[in-house]
Amino acid sequence: MTYRQARWTREGCLEPLVFELSRAGRKGTSLPPKVLARIKIPDKLIRRSLELPELSEPEVVRHYTRLSQMNYGVDLVFYPIGSCTMKYNPKICDELANAEEAACIHPYQAEETVQGALELMYRLERYLAEIAGVSRVCLQPSAGAHGELLGMLLVRAYHRSRGETRTQVIVPDSAHGTNFASAAMAGFNVVVIPSNNRGRVDLEALKSAVSEKTAALMLTNPNTLGLFEDEILEIAGMVHEVGGLLYYDGANMNGILGKSRPGDMGFDITHFNLHKTFSTPHGGGGPGAGPVGVVRKLEDFLPVPIIEYDRKRYYLDYDRPNSIGKIRSFYGNFGVLVKAYTYILMMGASGLEEVAETAVVNANYVMRKMADVSGFEVEFDGPCKHEVVFSAEPLKRETGVTARDVAKRLLDYGMHAPTYYFPPIVPEALMVEPTETETKEELDRFIAAMREIAEEARLNPEKLRAAPTATAIGRLDEVKASREPILSWKMYRKLAKE
Amino acid sequence: MKKLCLIVNPIAGMGGRVGLKGTNGADIVAKSLELGAKPVSPVRAVEALRVLKKSGAEFELITYPAEMGELEAAEAGLKARVIGNIASGKTTADDTKRAAKEMLELGVDIILVAGGDGTMSDVIEAIGTRAPILGVPTGVKLHSAAFANTPEVAGQVAARFLSEGLPLQEAEVMDIDEDAYRENRLVAKLRGYAIVPYEPVMMQTTKEGSTGFELADQKAIARWTIELMERGRVYILGPGTTTRAVAEELGIYDSTLLGVDLIYDFKLFARDANERQILEAIDGKPATIIVSPIGRQGFIFGRGNQQLSPAVIRKVGKKNILVLATPHKLSLTQTLKVDTGDPELDDELRGYIPIITSYLQTHMVKII
Amino acid sequence: MPHHYIPNVREIKEQMLRETGIAGIDELFADIPQKIRLKRKLNLPAAMSELEVKRHVRAILSKNKPFTQMPSFLGGGAWPHHVPAHVHSLIQRAEFLTSYTPYQPEASQGILQALFEYQSLICELTGLEVANASMYDWATALGEAALMCARATGRRKFIVPELISWERLSVLRNYVSGPDLKIVGIGYDGRTGQLNLDQLHRELDEDTAGVYIENPSYLGFLETQVDEIAEAAYLAGSKFVVGVNPISLGLLKAPGDYGADIVVGEGQPLGNQVSFGGPALGIFACRGDEKLIRQLPGRLVGMTTTLDGKLRGFTMTLQAREQHIRRERATSNICSNEALCAVAAAIYLTSLGPRGLRELSEICAANASYAMKRLKTIRGLETPIFSSPHFNEFTLKCTKPKLTIEKFNARLLSQGVHGGKPIRSEFPKLGETALLCTTELHTREDIDMLVEAAARAVGGKA
Repeated sequence: MTYRQARWTREGCLEPLVFELSRAGRKGTSLPPKVLARIKIPDKLIRRSLELPELSEPEVVRHYTRLSQMNYGVDLVFYPIGSCTMKYNPKICDELANAEEAACIHPYQAEETVQGALELMYRLERYLAEIAGVSRVCLQPSAGAHGELLGMLLVRAYHRSRGETRTQVIVPDSAHGTNFASAAMAGFNVVVIPSNNRGRVDLEALKSAVSEKTAALMLTNPNTLGLFEDEILEIAGMVHEVGGLLYYDGANMNGILGKSRPGDMGFDITHFNLHKTFSTPHGGGGPGAGPVGVVRKLEDFLPVPIIEYDRKRYYLDYDRPNSIGKIRSFYGNFGVLVKAYTYILMMGASGLEEVAETAVVNANYVMRKMADVSGFEVEFDGPCKHEVVFSAEPLKRETGVTARDVAKRLLDYGMHAPTYYFPPIVPEALMVEPTETETKEELDRFIAAMREIAEEARLNPEKLRAAPTATAIGRLDEVKASREPILSWKMYRKLAKE
Repeated sequence: MKKLCLIVNPIAGMGGRVGLKGTNGADIVAKSLELGAKPVSPVRAVEALRVLKKSGAEFELITYPAEMGELEAAEAGLKARVIGNIASGKTTADDTKRAAKEMLELGVDIILVAGGDGTMSDVIEAIGTRAPILGVPTGVKLHSAAFANTPEVAGQVAARFLSEGLPLQEAEVMDIDEDAYRENRLVAKLRGYAIVPYEPVMMQTTKEGSTGFELADQKAIARWTIELMERGRVYILGPGTTTRAVAEELGIYDSTLLGVDLIYDFKLFARDANERQILEAIDGKPATIIVSPIGRQGFIFGRGNQQLSPAVIRKVGKKNILVLATPHKLSLTQTLKVDTGDPELDDELRGYIPIITSYLQTHMVKII
Repeated sequence: MPHHYIPNVREIKEQMLRETGIAGIDELFADIPQKIRLKRKLNLPAAMSELEVKRHVRAILSKNKPFTQMPSFLGGGAWPHHVPAHVHSLIQRAEFLTSYTPYQPEASQGILQALFEYQSLICELTGLEVANASMYDWATALGEAALMCARATGRRKFIVPELISWERLSVLRNYVSGPDLKIVGIGYDGRTGQLNLDQLHRELDEDTAGVYIENPSYLGFLETQVDEIAEAAYLAGSKFVVGVNPISLGLLKAPGDYGADIVVGEGQPLGNQVSFGGPALGIFACRGDEKLIRQLPGRLVGMTTTLDGKLRGFTMTLQAREQHIRRERATSNICSNEALCAVAAAIYLTSLGPRGLRELSEICAANASYAMKRLKTIRGLETPIFSSPHFNEFTLKCTKPKLTIEKFNARLLSQGVHGGKPIRSEFPKLGETALLCTTELHTREDIDMLVEAAARAVGGKA
């Protein structure tokens, strides 16, 4: 194995901080001349000092270019992070989102000057509605968790409109952590139900959990184990019977595109992750977008404005008396929406179906091939969808090496680590989502790497625990980072003085 | 250099193989040997030590002579400092207690105790919660939560504790009435608590799990429990650290850890109440029982809280039972159990119930 | 037809299925009940080639008129500035653009250090010690700030100025609806716009979790009573939150220096295109007080070393904090944020430096000053409506009878100038008024063009 990540080093660090590179008198950009007019701001409101670094443009470029080289991205390596759908980000999407007509328009411009933006968003809404089987979509949420919060606010508004105060939201124990947090943020109590021995929602537990207090059930389908909730119709029935709503977390939509639609499964609210299924780049943590679609009975509550079309022009409708208001300023992450729209056009109906088919074939291929890598097991029988969860518990029992150690060692093979320790119901979990944009060869390489790592765990566990060693830097002292937090250059200077 | 002390109860686990339930009492030990029982505890203790050695963690090992640790350490290839005196071949509970006291005096980072519930009870009788303890499960009776799941896991947890550090929590130490047990009567006692290191649920992301810290989780549970409390209702608080957190959140710092306390109008009404006192207190008033699973088997009734008799439970009513448990506790036991002494009542209590596991959060768990 | 993003074409998929003993693709979807199986193709356009998609999307986008092609004086929370070319090219680098949240610090030092630098730069701007690695936008940052104040103080009232953008207020209300916090609005002096301190003192009590002001305010003027407001909040045991346009902090005093505990704001003008309002960048900074840091929402990047202590590195830290926050009464749920926009902001601020940012904010303020000076001379217009110092935004009121602000704007547009945001629907008492903004994008000629167009719009027929 001869992989090695790019690496720069200086004395005691990989790359100095911009504050350390600063030299008085330098500047990194130019400004147009000032109009001659007096600024009538009293002196006492003017700041006396501002300590920003002073670098020239070439230095800025060199610094950040070097930093970028010490960073994994899906354009560089295999990134099998479960439930994140790290697929290839088409460059045409970025090019169009960066065009002047997309980037240089202001949200408050007169509507006749932004008909293009309104039209694009309107069309995107309709495409998403068709993909999910819902009647209307809101593009405002800026991230998955943001969309979840919107979903929960819609649930509350719906029940309130019927004169009911429902306090409980049901969530399976395998759910994403943001599900719990979003429900609590909207003021709901969270009722967690266990998964059964097939890895799916335990119907008996669900039956005990639903009542007239049930506001909603939040579900991902396929679930976080990569398994399709085949009893979804019974589940939907149970929740609807008590008057509750069904919320769909779209994180795993990549496994069912074109095969089945949340709206048809009985979901009242469907959430999308554009930065997952619809391939907008993750950007190191954002920006993303988490649109939310609803069935007819919830349309009234959607945030304002709604984009409407009267056959002649597109316009923003704010006249929605039952709307919950806004959940962010303006209309959403437009730059991200342009990319998602472009992606859908590039794939087309059959392309999206092929996405799901290939993602599922790739995941099952990995699952089956991993069956003869000892040390890892899959707890649940049957095919998975677009992702598979392995347990490294056998390896841990045998060698003491943990899922985390395995994940760190994978970094040395020029791959990003899969998600580990999630979902929490699987011990030593490793959640692998290959996506449809990976080659068979890369998947084979992954399996070979896991095999080598398992061997190394048996023969040389200390070496494994020292991983990663082929990345720009080795393991960091995370305990020190939280015990003595240094969160800014200011804090660092202060501590250095003491 | 961190100090790890080792106490091995050489005869723990021996009775089980030949059908005897425990090895307390010299006559039982003699009987076991007669029946051909072979010592089991030392072998398991060595398994744990081997894992510890393999981990490469650095520590000074201090232990008691011969079969109480010296031999096991040597077998695992670990250098040890031997302290104390014993009569080899005739060790008793007193030796265990003395060992624990002497080790505490030396200043110890953690004590590995290889044995069963009885051994663990002896250790905490001697030193209480004054030093972290980790149980290597070698005995037959392993109801205490202070034990790791297997000897290997004990070794791994100890290794992590020594090299990286781990959070600590209080864990129940149980012991069962030996004589009653042999007559097939299960009368459990909650002996007390040990301070035990635990591995928080590892979080890669801010995706869910517990906070990873038992105390914070207990506080969150307590906070919600209190929001649900009303005036004019008697709250019967069962034993345990989670229910104690509820009392503390109300500003009550003198509730009992091992007994049942009564709270009324947000004040401590009765301390360490028995069945009769409880029945008197709830006569004519609405009441709620607040309990938490005890030990590793997940019993919410029947282990250490016999004051909550069938009469009390029936009078309070099934729908007024509030169960509290941290996510970490639930990770030890997937299901809950009841053993009130009244099989009919047990049946009525079975099924899924909501358990408060955090602020505004409950888990549906099955009572089997 | 194989798709060029999907390498495992049909033959290869078939080979993979053969190798693993799977009969066919259908077998893998067999567990989806028939009733919910989609038995038709999705009703979407057929796949297009890249060239066709480009044509199609550009055709739609061409129906937009960018503000780079006409003088536009819109602001109000999204401010157009020049994004230096190198900022754009650096964040287009694939290693930044296509990376995931840096949960594996060993392989992600690039973005981690860039975010640490962003946090640090925001601290220098705001005068506080800690900043998180971004929130979605100013409005949601404000919502999170209110929740944080409630968590930190255990109280339930949050005070805001009446002169706040309705969008931010709406978002705030939604954010605090879970724990059901109370939002109270404080009035303003009709002449100066300054916060009504008497009313503030009356509302401040032992249930006040936080007091929020915007400086510069939503309508562009500076709040000159910040010291009094800070003290009042402090004496009542409440937190003091200030909302900002970070560009203004090149010139104006840092809120941390006049008593702010938390600063929120819109970071979009720092190196990010307006992009129709999103992606945006929510700034969130707080005092380095240990208890406060524990309540800070969002991701934090911290400095540390390798295990052997030899090399400096960066990692996401205090993540248990995020779990703890979720165990509190007023939770936060933020996961993904606006990381790439934060990196752009870091590059932008580093490039500007202290004198560049100072100069830039002076240009913005001077342009506004010039615009107001010239617009003032037009009969039928009043600007600004508040007699307080302004930064780069100002109000413009039509006093000519029967001339609505919408009609005024329409007349400007027909002359190729885009006016400001009408605010009559938000603040009916302020009459036919619009909010205008100037930045370094505006040349003297642009402003002169606005003035001439305005004169014509008021004077008579356009």
